[in-house]
Amino acid sequence: MNRRYKPIVTENNQVYTFTRRALVVGGLQGVLATGLAARMGWIAIHENERWKLQSESNRVQMRLIPPRRGWLVDRAGQPIAINRSDFRVDLIPDRLKEPDRILAELVRLLDLPPDEVERIKEELSHAAGYQPVPVAENLPFEKYAAITVRLPELPGVAPLRAFSRFYPDGAAVAHLVGYVGTPNQEEYKKENKLPLLITPGFKIGKEGLEKTMEPRLRGKPGAQRVEVTAGGTLVRELSTLQDVSGSPLALTVDAGLQTFAARRLGEESGSVVVLDCLTGDILALASMPAYDPNNFTDGISQNEWKMLAQDERHPLINKALNGLYPPGSTFKPMVAMALQQAGIDPTARINCPGGFQLGNRFFRCLGRHGSMNMHTAIAKSCNTYFYAMGRRAGIDIISAMGKRLGFGQKFDLPVVSQNYGTMPSAPWKKARFEKGKKLVERPDWTESDTLNTAIGQGFVIVNPLQLAVMVGRVASGLDIQPHIVRAKRPPPAPLPFAKEHFETVRSGMWEVVNGAGTAGRSRLELPGIEMGGKTGTAQVRRITGSQRGQSGDWKYRDHGLFVCFAPVANPRYACSVVIEHGMGGARAAAPVAKDVLTYLFDKERAMASLTKFEEQWGGTMAERMAARAQRWLAANAKPKPPEGTR
Amino acid sequence: MRHGLVPAGIADLPWGMLWIVFALAGAGILGLYSAAGGSLFPWALMHAARFTVFLGLAFFLSRFRMQTFHDLAWLGYAGGIVLLILTLILGVIGGGARSWLELGFLRLQPSELMKVSIVLVLARFYSHIPPRETRRFSAIWPVGVFLAAPIGLILLQPDLGTTMLIVLNTIALMFMAGLPLRLFIGGGLLVGAALPLVYHTLLLPHQQERVLIFLNPEADPLGSGYHLTQSKIAIGSGGIFGKGFLNGTQSHLHYLPEQHTDFIFSAIAEEWGLVGGVFLIVLFFLLLKWGMGVALDAKGKFERLVAAGLSLTIFFYIAINLMMVMGLAPVVGIPLPLVSYGGSAMLTVMICLGILMSIDRGNRAERSRR
Repeated sequence: MNRRYKPIVTENNQVYTFTRRALVVGGLQGVLATGLAARMGWIAIHENERWKLQSESNRVQMRLIPPRRGWLVDRAGQPIAINRSDFRVDLIPDRLKEPDRILAELVRLLDLPPDEVERIKEELSHAAGYQPVPVAENLPFEKYAAITVRLPELPGVAPLRAFSRFYPDGAAVAHLVGYVGTPNQEEYKKENKLPLLITPGFKIGKEGLEKTMEPRLRGKPGAQRVEVTAGGTLVRELSTLQDVSGSPLALTVDAGLQTFAARRLGEESGSVVVLDCLTGDILALASMPAYDPNNFTDGISQNEWKMLAQDERHPLINKALNGLYPPGSTFKPMVAMALQQAGIDPTARINCPGGFQLGNRFFRCLGRHGSMNMHTAIAKSCNTYFYAMGRRAGIDIISAMGKRLGFGQKFDLPVVSQNYGTMPSAPWKKARFEKGKKLVERPDWTESDTLNTAIGQGFVIVNPLQLAVMVGRVASGLDIQPHIVRAKRPPPAPLPFAKEHFETVRSGMWEVVNGAGTAGRSRLELPGIEMGGKTGTAQVRRITGSQRGQSGDWKYRDHGLFVCFAPVANPRYACSVVIEHGMGGARAAAPVAKDVLTYLFDKERAMASLTKFEEQWGGTMAERMAARAQRWLAANAKPKPPEGTR
Repeated sequence: MRHGLVPAGIADLPWGMLWIVFALAGAGILGLYSAAGGSLFPWALMHAARFTVFLGLAFFLSRFRMQTFHDLAWLGYAGGIVLLILTLILGVIGGGARSWLELGFLRLQPSELMKVSIVLVLARFYSHIPPRETRRFSAIWPVGVFLAAPIGLILLQPDLGTTMLIVLNTIALMFMAGLPLRLFIGGGLLVGAALPLVYHTLLLPHQQERVLIFLNPEADPLGSGYHLTQSKIAIGSGGIFGKGFLNGTQSHLHYLPEQHTDFIFSAIAEEWGLVGGVFLIVLFFLLLKWGMGVALDAKGKFERLVAAGLSLTIFFYIAINLMMVMGLAPVVGIPLPLVSYGGSAMLTVMICLGILMSIDRGNRAERSRR
């Protein structure tokens, strides 16, 4: 076709076109209406199951209920760490829209001290979005309610009724059990982002037994089905699956003794370890000063932390396990065992003229003791005897005995760390000083090294638990291993040494306390019960001139040590006491040991003595700690900018 | 002439259509009452009040003769342009666009009113073209000129949804005006071919995202596909008979966004099920059928085109909103007439119905004269 057909459009056929097209449009509308109805039918009938499910999963949310932590109880079932129901408030950074306004509001509602505000800000700046930041715990109900009624205006604030850890004995058990806290980012990642770890109110062990026994103490979380709005507000609870609380853990510790020991240490910096020398059960493991683990559960402020970290008496260190000291004369019971093992007759005598001449060097004794046998040498702590006999026995046998009785050993205990010190020997010295040629010492073992080792000086360093194990093994003759978790265990095997050897050493230790010995003032005032012991004084630095570590700056004074066991007739308990810079074992450590052992046999007498001491020191442990914190804050806290929150 | 107890003025009203409108507004009031958690506030009562006022307005408009609308078409157009300019200067920002004038009891969206003005202007334009001229280019280009100013102003807000609606409505009106069919078929093919180009060059990233999500909403159920997914959950979980009045969880727990405006249909469908949804669809279809019937009955060319154009205006609201909530069209902010909370759309629809009633009155007068 060459020409296009052009229709002649008139008014009439335009009306016709309109009608036709209107019907088409109307028809299309009908088709669309049908299509929409069909589509709706498809969604509402055919896909109904799927959307119903999604609607339910929208409406219903699972919330985890943090499990209650297993209790820690002592050997008699007395609680050491329990859970207290409390009201708490957390912040969820993800949902927090205006942190400044909300924090100001919380400060107003909860009366948060500036220190805490600082901590919350600090933690908020580090926290990942999903991690709850604790604001306050143990809130009185009125304050908790004040938050809950204002919740719609406080997005990101999560008030919660939960359980918090509570240590009734506070600082007395701090180093023994550690503390719990909100999991941090690393801990969250380490557990493969377990949702439980970011559930508000959930705590994990951060230190001590709380940390090492975490899997056992944690329990299984519960779950709660709740109806929630899109904004996360709870409408109602639908059903609840109860949590399974962690199983309680029984310790070998005697909570009363532990607390007594900690309190008896008073203002001193030191440790007390008490063992059952028949089983190895640790009855007390006290280290002072300490922190209050209750303060750690909701995070501690920078000021609190600084105060603890800067204290020269190291309240953050568990001295019973991580404190290392030259044992001094408390080493001598072990050396006496070694001497007998080397075949030295305990009745053999050495004359003490006030020291021992080795070549051109004179090794001092603390006195002129005259003629000494093993018994009297232990009683009087005569260095000359141990110099001479130690030299005769040789380092190899002393070192072997030291290790056999626990020195230089790491024990199989569920603790975060233990410093096991040094039981020196010829190969040890060679290995140690061969590498570090710069050091003054020659790598080969010398006789003067042996002499120093024989009196517990020189290279020897030990921790207080090792001292207690040593004295326990000597007291019972059994190869005891220290335990902290209560369990049925086979009785320890006897040590492969002659009974008489132990007898000799024990009789020497009896003499120390009950005879003409160094700790005569600390004998037990109990009818029919005697204790055997050995004092020790460890130099902190080399003796210069006449000072001898008995005066001057606190931190340069000698450490006072004491090891003991009781009753002598039938040894049951072994104990070591270390008083840092206490200047002498007899003066500082032995009286503590005496009261601690007294507590085991006669609680009332021991408590009476303690009450008198605490009056002198100015109040109970908690009162003194609070006062110290006040003084520290007054002197050291950085000045706060005026609070702009009203 | 009928005789009875009711006065003739009332008896003569198009009661069939009015019952439909009452039913739709009633559904809206029930839906809004439930969406507010079983409360007349803040929406249901206001919705009822607006409906009453605007219904009065519609009756008022229906008393005018079509000649008046014909004569005032350009005045309305000019007024609309002035309002659009005022909006750009004084308007309130909502949802990222400056589309509203705050009038106290009502947030007026002038672009909605502009839809009516454009229909009137176009109908007037085509009614004046001699039939022969409709197949010439001179029947097309002036439309571009009429549209340029309002569309430019609306795009400045920016409101792509309303723009799209106006363009669709205009094309439909041109179709009804009798422009050659090949233009629409050819144009349709051309647009189809140009779509990918438009997608890549003209659309902003967030608009591209919307299109992508429309094509696959489940890919991003918590992000931008959230609206669509939640709407489908609401409709789908309702099943055949629904969860029951006041028992919708999607709406009451606020998972369904915009449940009182754009997604009111989903909220109603959740509680009343497929039955309730189809009931609404049928009501809308009958309303449109009435509108198209008025257009077919009309004698004058202007009346025909106005009736068809206004029916189509209402149609596009309904069609796009329903397709959107069922996942058949991208999420654009278009309310469901008479049911959704919101004054401007209701005002527009009631003006449309008022004018349609006026035409209907003329038709009936014509009929009774014969």
